Amino acid sequence: MRDARGQVRRMPGLRLWLSGSWLLILILAAVFAPMISPHDPLEQDLFAARLPPFWQQGADPAFLLGTDSLGRDLLSRMLYGARLALTVALVAGTLTCLVGATLGLIAGYYRGWADLVISRLVDIWMAFPPVLFAILLIAVLGTGLTSIIVAIVVIDWTRFSRVVRAEAMSQGAMDYVASAQVAGRSRLGIALAEILPNVLPTIVALLTLEMGIAVIVEAILSFVNLSISTDQPTWGGMIAEGRTSIYQAWWVLVFPLAALFLTVLSFSQLGEGLKDYFDPVLR
Amino acid sequence: MSYLTTKDLTVRLRNGAPLLRKVSLAVKSGEVRALVGESGAGKSMIGKAVLGILPRAAKLTGGEILLDGEDLLTLPPKQRRAKIGAKVALIPQDPLTALNPSRRVGPQITDRLVDILGWKRKEAEDRAVELLDEVHIQSPERVMRSYPHELSGGMRQRILIASAFAAEPKLIIADEPTTALDVTVQKQILKLIREMQERHDTALLFVTHDLGVVSKISQSLTVLYAGKVIEETDVRTFFAAPKHAYSRALLAATPKYTDPDGSLMPVPDSIISEVEQEVAAFDAQLKR
Ligand SMILES: Nc1ncnc2c1ncn2[C@@H]1O[C@H](COP(=O)(O)OP(=O)(O)OP(=O)(O)O)[C@@H](O)[C@H]1O
Ligand SMILES: [Mg+2]
Repeated sequence: MRDARGQVRRMPGLRLWLSGSWLLILILAAVFAPMISPHDPLEQDLFAARLPPFWQQGADPAFLLGTDSLGRDLLSRMLYGARLALTVALVAGTLTCLVGATLGLIAGYYRGWADLVISRLVDIWMAFPPVLFAILLIAVLGTGLTSIIVAIVVIDWTRFSRVVRAEAMSQGAMDYVASAQVAGRSRLGIALAEILPNVLPTIVALLTLEMGIAVIVEAILSFVNLSISTDQPTWGGMIAEGRTSIYQAWWVLVFPLAALFLTVLSFSQLGEGLKDYFDPVLR
Repeated sequence: MSYLTTKDLTVRLRNGAPLLRKVSLAVKSGEVRALVGESGAGKSMIGKAVLGILPRAAKLTGGEILLDGEDLLTLPPKQRRAKIGAKVALIPQDPLTALNPSRRVGPQITDRLVDILGWKRKEAEDRAVELLDEVHIQSPERVMRSYPHELSGGMRQRILIASAFAAEPKLIIADEPTTALDVTVQKQILKLIREMQERHDTALLFVTHDLGVVSKISQSLTVLYAGKVIEETDVRTFFAAPKHAYSRALLAATPKYTDPDGSLMPVPDSIISEVEQEVAAFDAQLKR
């Protein structure tokens, strides 16, 4: 492909493909977990405890990735765990983005007292250590999916608002905004039609990054047993359990950890790739 | 009859520091008036005040702006914006930031026709093609589909000129439209603006700090220093015999086209302090 000046365009990056594929697989796995899981993720079988993954000696092919110390199937638990991880990632990420980006756009473009209030709030927010803040919030809100999502939105909106505010401010000073004003466009119209498209690449990158962060936050909260009811499988909960039997059964820790790592990495890589894709100058 | 008149236009920073000191100027219908002054004199500020896009830090504290005989400042904001949008256009200084980088060029030209004047999109697009043709852009259809970064600086400035003339405004404010371009392109763009202005019979307020350009494009000029009008006259009189000492010094500081390498006198300190005193006296008189 060539652009108007005859320069060769960059191919969509490899990382976009790799990270996108992993996330797509994960989404399919989460959606179809009840159909493709070989076992009930809660079913215990103490006679089949700590079975190793399939390529090791003493493995049972019925438990592809092995079992934990209660004899539960790891693969099935991870598939169900993906449901929670992705739900939190998509819902919390999107909501955080909406709240933070909107406030950032208002502060950066409208300025004035709205900016004063929002910027002051951001300053106050930044003073709290986020993990402590999260645990505190969960303690107040109680455990559960909604609480996790609310906690993430409440804590992380500043990540968006700070960056979007700065970008909206610098875009707002450009001559094209002045021209649009002279042409009689309303302030809202300018914010949405002129400023927003220029901030969008950054917002997209932040959004996917935030989804990765949401996955981590959910894992941390599950790890300390603050996420949802304990009998529902979560990656963080599995990691916590696996940690106690790392020498007897490393796979109980390593598989969920690897899934977590790959997912967070994929989200951030997807963001970087999409950012280029959305940027007309780089595209 | 003058199309744009400002009377005692006063703009101050929020802390009260004056940026424009009772500026009165007039641009007749179809006339080109140059607005000259060194950097920071407040040239752009006059344009912004007229266009109603003063920066947040500045505030219009007095005076009148008459557009086509109507006092803009007494109009309700919505009507004022509609009136300015329909009658006045801006050719901005920097073609690099004057087009939105993430939008295609076409809609950026047709927006105002569609939004403000209520044209049909198809009509507006035909008009845009016609205008791009008029500013000597080859294959206008392709250019309209391009993003700004795919075009050269000179091409972007042509597009901005086309865009300014699109709605047939009666007045165009050009804020140093050639400063950001290199010399060879500057001349073409200047010629183009002049050509378009004559053809469309538009009044033009041409902001520049280059007296050399003034003689080429305008019939009259206003010299500004520290937000105060120093001299207002027609071009012929000015170049023959500038009245104010500062104007004379400014003229001496401009390269001559007959002798581009000749020695140049920067405006002497004695004259600067003279104008400064004049401005201070003016301020004192206002306070009384
Ligand atoms: N956003 C702003 N906030 C505060 N002061 C400003 C702002 N914009 C301009 N000024 C001040 O207003 C004065 C006039 O500025 P203006 O931009 O009109 O100058 P100018 O004559 O157009 O100069 P130049 O030739 O450099 O464009 C300057 O002293 C400048 O410092
Ligand atoms: Mg200026």
